[in-house]
Amino acid sequence: MPLLTQQIQAEDDQYSLVASLDNVRNLSTILKAIHFQDYATCFATKNGIKVTVEKAKCVQANAFIQAGIFQEFMVREESVTFRIHLTVLLDCLSIFGSSPMPGTLTALRMCYQGYGYPLMLFLEEGGVVTVCKINTQEPEETLDFDFCSTNVINKIILQSEGLREAFSELDMTSEVLQITMSPDKPYFRLSTFGNAGSSHLDYPKDSDLMEAFHCNQTQINRYKISLLKPSTKALVLSCKVSIRTDNRGFLSLQYMIRNEDGQISFVEYYCCPDEEVPES
Amino acid sequence: MKSFLSVFRSLALLEKTVEKCYISLNGRSSRLVVQLHCKYGVRKIHNLSFQDCESLQAVFDPASCPHVLRAPAKVLGEAVLPFPPALAEVTLGVSHGRRVILRSYQEEEADSTVRAMVTEMSIAEEDFQQLQAQEGVAVTFCLKEFRGLLSFAESANLSLSIHFDTPGRPAIFTIEDSLLDGHFVLATLSEPDLQSQDLSSQQPRQPEPPLQAHSTPNLDDFTNDDIDSYMIAMETTLASEGSRALPSFSISPGPQPPCSPGPNSEDDEAEPSTVPGTPPPKKFRSLFFGSILAPVHSPQAPSPVLAEDSEGEG
Repeated sequence: MPLLTQQIQAEDDQYSLVASLDNVRNLSTILKAIHFQDYATCFATKNGIKVTVEKAKCVQANAFIQAGIFQEFMVREESVTFRIHLTVLLDCLSIFGSSPMPGTLTALRMCYQGYGYPLMLFLEEGGVVTVCKINTQEPEETLDFDFCSTNVINKIILQSEGLREAFSELDMTSEVLQITMSPDKPYFRLSTFGNAGSSHLDYPKDSDLMEAFHCNQTQINRYKISLLKPSTKALVLSCKVSIRTDNRGFLSLQYMIRNEDGQISFVEYYCCPDEEVPES
Repeated sequence: MKSFLSVFRSLALLEKTVEKCYISLNGRSSRLVVQLHCKYGVRKIHNLSFQDCESLQAVFDPASCPHVLRAPAKVLGEAVLPFPPALAEVTLGVSHGRRVILRSYQEEEADSTVRAMVTEMSIAEEDFQQLQAQEGVAVTFCLKEFRGLLSFAESANLSLSIHFDTPGRPAIFTIEDSLLDGHFVLATLSEPDLQSQDLSSQQPRQPEPPLQAHSTPNLDDFTNDDIDSYMIAMETTLASEGSRALPSFSISPGPQPPCSPGPNSEDDEAEPSTVPGTPPPKKFRSLFFGSILAPVHSPQAPSPVLAEDSEGEG
């Protein structure tokens, strides 16, 4: 993009963060997968960008876009953090339209001067350039779910296609989604308790959809369905999902998303359980 | 019913993934259990709560109905297409010439000044697989339910048999194939003179032409008074008009309105009835010769219906 680089080359030194993408959708699609709140916190290091969205202090979604995805990626300090209006950011990233037109790509150059400065977006498509300046805010402390692999009791990796319809058809009249993971039957079960009655969705451990099944203990946990429903967006985009629960019943959902150029990004959702369910 | 339907909400998805479906009743916990066995070993189990209730048993016997029609559901489905979606009831009957008639049914209380649209479909006997009914019989039933059962029969590509009797007795619609046997029973309107509602007549029913509204008041003046006042009125009018008017008196009751640039209608001949002095000559003529001419604006032959049973003496 000769047009943009001419304008900006001279000012590069003052930026704390500079990132360029030939295809803005490689970023916007991932961000849409965590867009269930208006505000998000951006955390950039030399490894890439992490965008975090939280709700009710119970659920947290993180989108990881590695440095390798960008055509140009520079972070001047150890880390750069700011809070930003995610809806506005997504609107700007999709300013040339969100439906992909075959053959046309929108390029992005994202620049941030540092604390107190707005985030600058330069978007170009077919010779037309749009400049957006979005105000940034004080970053807020994001929750640390303290989810470490050593405490993981049960872990399953599934192909997303098996879960997609199930999640989109979840009985929303149920307040909770109950997840059962067990070395014995029913192995992996999603349950809802709605107005009409209860529904159970069972995945056997030897199903073709199951890529990995490591369950050591029977665990039955309930999560507020309204908090988990947004994760359907990430599920739809992903090819694989890993479902893990730890000793406290905390849930970790990790989605592997392949973008248009075949590069991998991750989105993860953490959710704390709704109540203690005695294991039956 | 809703909760049961929601299990089968996404038909496309079901066709793609579901291999088997088991439906059972768990009496102990009052649950209707629907198990869907899907691809990849995935199982969906729905436990739907239900309540015991009394069910009404309809007492009916298709064999006892003297009249039977049978046709592919598609034929009947196409026949009901033209009816307005909001139409409540439809009359089904057999007319002269062994044609099956479907006509929209209007309630008598409907505002008669509002000309409702009447739709009638007639299907030839050849389109029916069975037609065992006398000419002139007819029954009226709910169109919405009829449409519903027709779409079901059409989707299963079946023929529909209609068994009916006299108005008031239920009409029974049956479909049958190797997998299922369906009976739909609909109540029919019981109206004593329903059959006489010209299903068999070829003449269209003629409601009062609204044009009448204009001329009637004038006509009443003439018809209710005795002949003398008519003569007086006539003379008065004559006096105000030129001699030109005279010839029109002797003219026979042609359907033609006075083609003389009527002394009465200076403006457009189209609306003499709005002029208070509606041409008495014409009226006079019509009085004597028994035909009521429509006001000038449309030179048309007075249809026989117009010369109907009003108080006209002529």
